Amino acid sequence: MKKATNIIRKNTMLIILVLVFLFFTITTGGMMFTSLQFNALITQNSYVYILATGMLMCMLTGGNIDLACGSFVCFVGAVGAKCMVTDGMSTPVAILIMLGIGIVYGCILGFLIAYLNIPPWIATLAGFLAFRGWGTAILSANSSTGSIAPIPKDFLAIFSGKLFETAPGILNIPCLLVGIIASAIVVAINITGRNAKLKKGYAADSVAAMSVKSVLTVAVIMLFAYKLAYAGGIPTTLVWVTVIVLIYTFITSKTTIGRYFYTIGGNAEATRLSGVDTKKIMFLAYLNMAVLTVISTFLVVARFQAANSTAGTNYEMDAISACVVGGVSAYGGSGSVFGMIVGATLIGVINLGMSLMGIDANWQKVVKGVVLLGAVVFEIVNNKNKSTK
Amino acid sequence: MAKILLEMKNIVKEFPGVKALDNVNLKVEEGEIHALVGENGAGKSTLMNVLSGIYPYGTYSGDIVYDGEVCQFNKIKDSEEKGIVIIHQELALIPYMTIGENMFLGNERGKKSAIDWNETYREADKYLKMVGLQESSKVLIKDIGTGKQQLVEIAKALAKHAKLLILDEPTSSLNESDSKALLDLMLKFKEEGMTSIIISHKLNEVSYVADKITVIRDGSTIETIDNPDRKIPEDRIIRGMVGREITDRFPKRPDVKIGDVKMEVKDWTVYHPQYEGRKVVDGVNMYVRRGEVVGISGLMGAGRTELAMSIFGKSYGKDIQGTLLLDGKETNLKTIKDAIKAKIAYVTEDRKGNGLVLSNPIKINTTLANLDSISNKMVIDKDKEYQVAEEYRQKLKTKCPSVEQNVGNLSGGNQQKVLLAKWMFADPDILILDEPTRGIDVGAKYEIYCIINDLAAAGKSVIMISSELPEVLGMSDRIYVMNEGQIVGELSKEEASQEKIMSCILKSGRGE
Repeated sequence: MKKATNIIRKNTMLIILVLVFLFFTITTGGMMFTSLQFNALITQNSYVYILATGMLMCMLTGGNIDLACGSFVCFVGAVGAKCMVTDGMSTPVAILIMLGIGIVYGCILGFLIAYLNIPPWIATLAGFLAFRGWGTAILSANSSTGSIAPIPKDFLAIFSGKLFETAPGILNIPCLLVGIIASAIVVAINITGRNAKLKKGYAADSVAAMSVKSVLTVAVIMLFAYKLAYAGGIPTTLVWVTVIVLIYTFITSKTTIGRYFYTIGGNAEATRLSGVDTKKIMFLAYLNMAVLTVISTFLVVARFQAANSTAGTNYEMDAISACVVGGVSAYGGSGSVFGMIVGATLIGVINLGMSLMGIDANWQKVVKGVVLLGAVVFEIVNNKNKSTK
Repeated sequence: MAKILLEMKNIVKEFPGVKALDNVNLKVEEGEIHALVGENGAGKSTLMNVLSGIYPYGTYSGDIVYDGEVCQFNKIKDSEEKGIVIIHQELALIPYMTIGENMFLGNERGKKSAIDWNETYREADKYLKMVGLQESSKVLIKDIGTGKQQLVEIAKALAKHAKLLILDEPTSSLNESDSKALLDLMLKFKEEGMTSIIISHKLNEVSYVADKITVIRDGSTIETIDNPDRKIPEDRIIRGMVGREITDRFPKRPDVKIGDVKMEVKDWTVYHPQYEGRKVVDGVNMYVRRGEVVGISGLMGAGRTELAMSIFGKSYGKDIQGTLLLDGKETNLKTIKDAIKAKIAYVTEDRKGNGLVLSNPIKINTTLANLDSISNKMVIDKDKEYQVAEEYRQKLKTKCPSVEQNVGNLSGGNQQKVLLAKWMFADPDILILDEPTRGIDVGAKYEIYCIINDLAAAGKSVIMISSELPEVLGMSDRIYVMNEGQIVGELSKEEASQEKIMSCILKSGRGE
């Protein structure tokens, strides 16, 4: 019994996500469960996953945030579109220029925060204001409509669309195959991981627990593979998101540098006195944020097939919300990529479900605000209970 | 006989694992200056915190009788209403506010809805005159010196209509003339009928100002000495402070051959990182041999931690001057990483603040300072990490369900062991242990002492900073005494005694 409550407590957000999904499936008369909506869920939210990954790394170092990333999406998008459309540069050159801007800006921001000790929210508030203005200025100088389009086809092909695309309604075999392969990999990892643990004499899950875990994971993967297969294939954005998520899961859980992000958030002085260059880690957190913001911009520009002055509005808030709802501590030191994914998906599901139900956009914001606050209160109360026991 | 203003009867106060006060009795007559003396950690400040309600009624046992009635203070406000005002060693003033604003903080003049600033500054000036401070009450606190700030604290206490003034180490950060002025002010107040309690390490000052001196040792009152003609010899007070026997609280040192000089610092001077030109460590010369335990004794604020941290990769201080020799070779350690590579470890005195990541498990804390050794090109080998943590858990007998346990849930003694494990795993040749047994119980202390002896037996050089004299005497092969940033004495194990250490400190304090 104690074990069951433990599992529930550890996976509360995941369970809530499933319940919310079921709720919207019922209230929309099954519309939520269609292939189209599975596809929408991924393509509409891919930018959140990438921005929230960067935000997670910042937040781990002590609840630090980046308010500028939404505006930076607009600015980098404007520069990129100007290069490709107005100036006629080739796509690879434009991509390199955009990445270059991200690295330069990231270095400046990282320097200001890590070495000059400027509070992150102030340093990024400046970017929040400036990049929105600068991006809009570039757009209006190069276009009468305030948006630059059309974006070249080869750019769109890299950052949007589908892999091995087929017409909607037809079962896409490659998509299904990828799902099966992914499932097989997950199961294989679960089994070999458990065996390795047993061999070395460490505590490992029981066979039943491992089976349940594997079956549930496979079910989710296959559900997505099946649904996406009927929506035309694997969205390209899903590939980008998956790659980035896997890389950062590895960094945060397996590497020394990832470890330092956590210990700095837990106790910066103790980490410094252990010989870790804490300033460098802070610097990297914001450099990394800027680079991931640029990658996120690629997906956003490709999705809208244009650079707009409104692009990226409130994205910083989406990323912060995803982290916080996903259990990343607002004080730093704890949180995981997986948690962030659950948080981002939960918010994505709520957005999509409410839109399908035809709820007024203003009320959607109210609901999202309440969910955010509820998640933080839950997290803190839950932690308090845990520590008093 | 004058009326007894305050009587504290059989006060007992326990912290988890430590009895901080054990049947303390204190009687203070109206109109006298009463001094409390004792070593660091003897329980003086705890006693005053009980009196002022910082430790609320119910968390201690015993009675406080003040002005004829039994009092039960639940918060500082309660005791202040009765006229008991405490001035802490660390001044509690806000730098960017005026003297007047600070004086009436929490005690604002005017109506409930609005502060009457004219009244505030008029009143403030009145009290400033009483303490003889010639500054406008509209001056910012940051613009006046420490001596004047101390006077502002006293004026603040007077504004609360203090009848019993408690000063905790009031002169610790003052220079000679400011100290003298402050003591004379206390004598002036006494003539006006004020009762004061002064806590001080500076026995010459105590002897100059106090009518009665109560000695506290190991949480108990030892004696109260009358000082009618203000000429009591300091030796008389010291005898009471240290008159304790060192029993077998310390494990026997195995017979180890002490080797060559491992580390030496010459003319080591460190400046305060914020206050321009203030020397925190002043021309220190010291060395430590292989297999040797060197104690550094001294009062709090003597500069011991600052010395250690400045050696440890310049992790503290500014404009560090002097030479550091490792194995006789001049070495410049610019960063903490350099220091760890040079096989130096600094085990902090503040394990919660600077030492451990409390929200992380034991295994992560154990490997933090040497993560590279269990990693392959930045990828942590988690099996190895677990094994290492487990190995040190067994070696140091850390009591915990598993090494996955968060350090924040451990007791102080076990936390200290995790901290030691972390630095032992960094494989140092020189360990600087800063207050290694602070705030842990007697049993855990003994275990820590055994670990220290084992380290020395393995040929490591140990520098142990400690404010507890018995500990320094019981553990060290050689002892340096520090005061005000300088080494004021070096004693061998044979010649060292509590009296000798104390007199080194006290003599240097008087500038002799």
